Amino acid sequence: MRPRPSPARNPYWRFLVAGIRGQSAYPLATLAGLVANATFGLLKGGIMGAAVASSGGELAGYTAATMAAFVWLGQGMLGSVNLSGRSDLQTRIKSGDVAVDFLRPVSVQAAHILTDVGKGLFALLPRGLPSVVIGVLVSGMALPPDAAAYALGLASLVIGITVSHATMYALATSGFWLVETRGVSVLYMALSGFFTGLFTPIYLFPDWLLTLALLTPFPSMMQFPIDVLSGQVSGAAAWQHLGVQLVWLAVVLAVGHLTTRAGRRRLEVQGG
Amino acid sequence: MNVIKTEGLTRVFTGRPNRKDRFRRPRHVAVDRLDLIVEAGESVGYIGANGAGKSTTIKMLVGILVPTSGAVTTVGLHPLKQRRALARRIGVVFGQRSQLWWDLPVRESFSILAAIHSLPAADERTRTAELVEMLEMGEFLSTPVRQLSLGQRMRAEVAAALLHRPELVILDEPTIGLDVLSKQRLREFLVAQRREHGTTLLLTTHDMGDVERLCDRILVVDHGSLAFDGTLDGLARTVGARRELVVDLATASGDLVDLDGAEHVRSESDGLRQRLAFDPQRTTAARVLAAVSERVEVLDLSITEPDIEDVVREIYRATRR
Amino acid sequence: MAEPKRNRRLGRQRALPDGLRAYRAVLASRARSQASYRASFRMDLVGTVLVGLIEFSEVWVLYSATDQIGGFTLAQILLVFGLADLAFSLADLVAGHCDNLPVYVRAGTLDVFFLRPQPVLAQLITSDLSLRRLARCLVGATSLTVGLVLNDIDWSVGTVGLLVVALVCGFVIFTAQFVTAAGLQFFLINGSEMTNAFVYGGRYAATQPANVWPRGLLVVFGAVFPVAFAAYLPVSTLLGMPGLAGLPTWLGWCAPIAALWAVVVAGLCWRWGLRHYRGAGG
Repeated sequence: MRPRPSPARNPYWRFLVAGIRGQSAYPLATLAGLVANATFGLLKGGIMGAAVASSGGELAGYTAATMAAFVWLGQGMLGSVNLSGRSDLQTRIKSGDVAVDFLRPVSVQAAHILTDVGKGLFALLPRGLPSVVIGVLVSGMALPPDAAAYALGLASLVIGITVSHATMYALATSGFWLVETRGVSVLYMALSGFFTGLFTPIYLFPDWLLTLALLTPFPSMMQFPIDVLSGQVSGAAAWQHLGVQLVWLAVVLAVGHLTTRAGRRRLEVQGG
Repeated sequence: MNVIKTEGLTRVFTGRPNRKDRFRRPRHVAVDRLDLIVEAGESVGYIGANGAGKSTTIKMLVGILVPTSGAVTTVGLHPLKQRRALARRIGVVFGQRSQLWWDLPVRESFSILAAIHSLPAADERTRTAELVEMLEMGEFLSTPVRQLSLGQRMRAEVAAALLHRPELVILDEPTIGLDVLSKQRLREFLVAQRREHGTTLLLTTHDMGDVERLCDRILVVDHGSLAFDGTLDGLARTVGARRELVVDLATASGDLVDLDGAEHVRSESDGLRQRLAFDPQRTTAARVLAAVSERVEVLDLSITEPDIEDVVREIYRATRR
Repeated sequence: MAEPKRNRRLGRQRALPDGLRAYRAVLASRARSQASYRASFRMDLVGTVLVGLIEFSEVWVLYSATDQIGGFTLAQILLVFGLADLAFSLADLVAGHCDNLPVYVRAGTLDVFFLRPQPVLAQLITSDLSLRRLARCLVGATSLTVGLVLNDIDWSVGTVGLLVVALVCGFVIFTAQFVTAAGLQFFLINGSEMTNAFVYGGRYAATQPANVWPRGLLVVFGAVFPVAFAAYLPVSTLLGMPGLAGLPTWLGWCAPIAALWAVVVAGLCWRWGLRHYRGAGG
């Protein structure tokens, strides 16, 4: 029987850690991101708080405290999910470097997604946590009511980050067929922020727009984790959020898997 | 007139505090009390190891960097206070940084630069035509810069820096990465410019050929100060800037010692290949070859030029002693 | 040394027209080179408009879900959003690339600027003119126009004057923010994102009614980076709304003072940054 390799020898574990380490190399960049993040948070908190107040203390199910939680949890997640529409894979496909990735005896999809998730998880420490602390200090934002809510919230958060990077991965594989993927990136950037609940909670949307948003994986990236983490939904409803997130994760992973296979074949046929 | 004059020119860089000693910032003296005078019409080779302070000196000469102490004037101007006036009178080629507009045809870059340097339209036409002819740029004048080969781009860069007929031209590694033919063309052009316009040249290079063919004065810089200032002959006398004749012999033979004007360096492959050093000022390759042929049959031969790194190393060794 | 002195004076006399000639040449060439990448240019245009529309949608969603925020209805906020967004887009068109300073530094482009007889800042600003950003102006202009139609505005020379003053000053303020960012980025080569706080944060702030901000933000975006003068205060004056508590309604007319202040700050930051880059301390 072969001995079980230690985690340190597992390539996928190493991808995750490489992502984390890469991020920690730029402390000034991290601080810079936090300053920008906090400024936007204060502005957003001001306007959203005023919106709740002008609606008599309750707007689309949000109170002042849960709206503050929405704002600051969202700001905290910004460094962890991909809303820019750009990714390493995109550049590697364009430059042809992706051929090197295919030579390795590991899944290209898993390697890329795990590296990005690693980066995203690391960003929770210097960017996510401070955002939440600022939120608690300046706005009295709502926190999860009990330990179960924390656990469920964290699970939802990790799934959300993974959905985001898995979606971006699938999108980036379009580079196997398109010469120029910048248009795709811009489209993703514009839509993801709007439908993921970066600016306003999607529950403020008119019904038709809300339905449209729920037909995309975007709410699974930020809006749902925020809902669970802030205690806006709990119990069965929280489990339902997690279920929907997992379904979307499966969908985008499957799409990414198929496009990677097809892309690889295309690469082999054309000789890179 | 002194085209370049520095007095006690010094530049110190302070780095980040390191881990071991948090309260002391590491200091690096890039240029150390440099005194230098370059007269109009001179052609000066400024050489030294990587990190010896060449680029830092140039940056202070052209007004990009402020000296930590000491004084510098370039074409009689203060590089910082009179940067814009200075820019009209000097031309600079940084081997790695482009003056040209990446997306545009070469011709267009020239015309923008002409506007930048306020060349009258008629002047612009004649000067551009002159440069295009001398640097043989006609075939790629309408090509966007990004599509040029390295040799073509470098010629265009040099033309761009010389468009406004600067009295001082500073070239930082102008021939790096060029093929033999492109190097040759560029050197001939610079020699001609100097002859016709009396342009002063200051160039840094890693190529001994540049120094031999372009410079009548050589400065070797080591740790920010001058280790040598003199002519090529003087340099050769100091370090013995020698050429090597490498001969492949028909049969293995003993070391070729006691040849007239040449010195045996070493033998390889049991004496089938031998390296002989000679001083080109005192003898010629042909004479050395003749002397060798008298003793053994030569199948093949090559001549290697001295490496500038070796020359610099020799100078460093001689001065640090 | 008579020679250099004479030359310098000559240089100064000729600087303006020839300087302009140089800028025009650079800008014209930029425009031509962009139009030559036709396909990606068109895609950029569409993308830019889309981003603008999404930004507008946020405002629309928020004000549709409530009656008013900070005393502004959807129709009224269209004026604030339109004015601020148009001014920002115009500034972005002219100077938006300035806050990419680390890119210029790493590529060595900045060193090349030092070797030319024009001011470094002027060269930086004119080194790029991204035409696709022109499309960005459409969203703001449309919003402003619709806002002017929907609201009951007492048209007079004064109202027109106020709008023009606001637009020009907004443009100047945002351009100054880009230059301020560039100056500070000399110190923040690896942390240039920090300036996003007041450049893009400033844009976001300018589209909002300033009276909903906490006091700290009011100091930051009302005085230090005075974007409140770009749209909110002039529109409050225009509509005869109370504006900021305890301050007179005519405060909107003070936009030129705010613009002047922003320019002074930008000038100082740029000089400071340049000194740092040249290694003169600071």
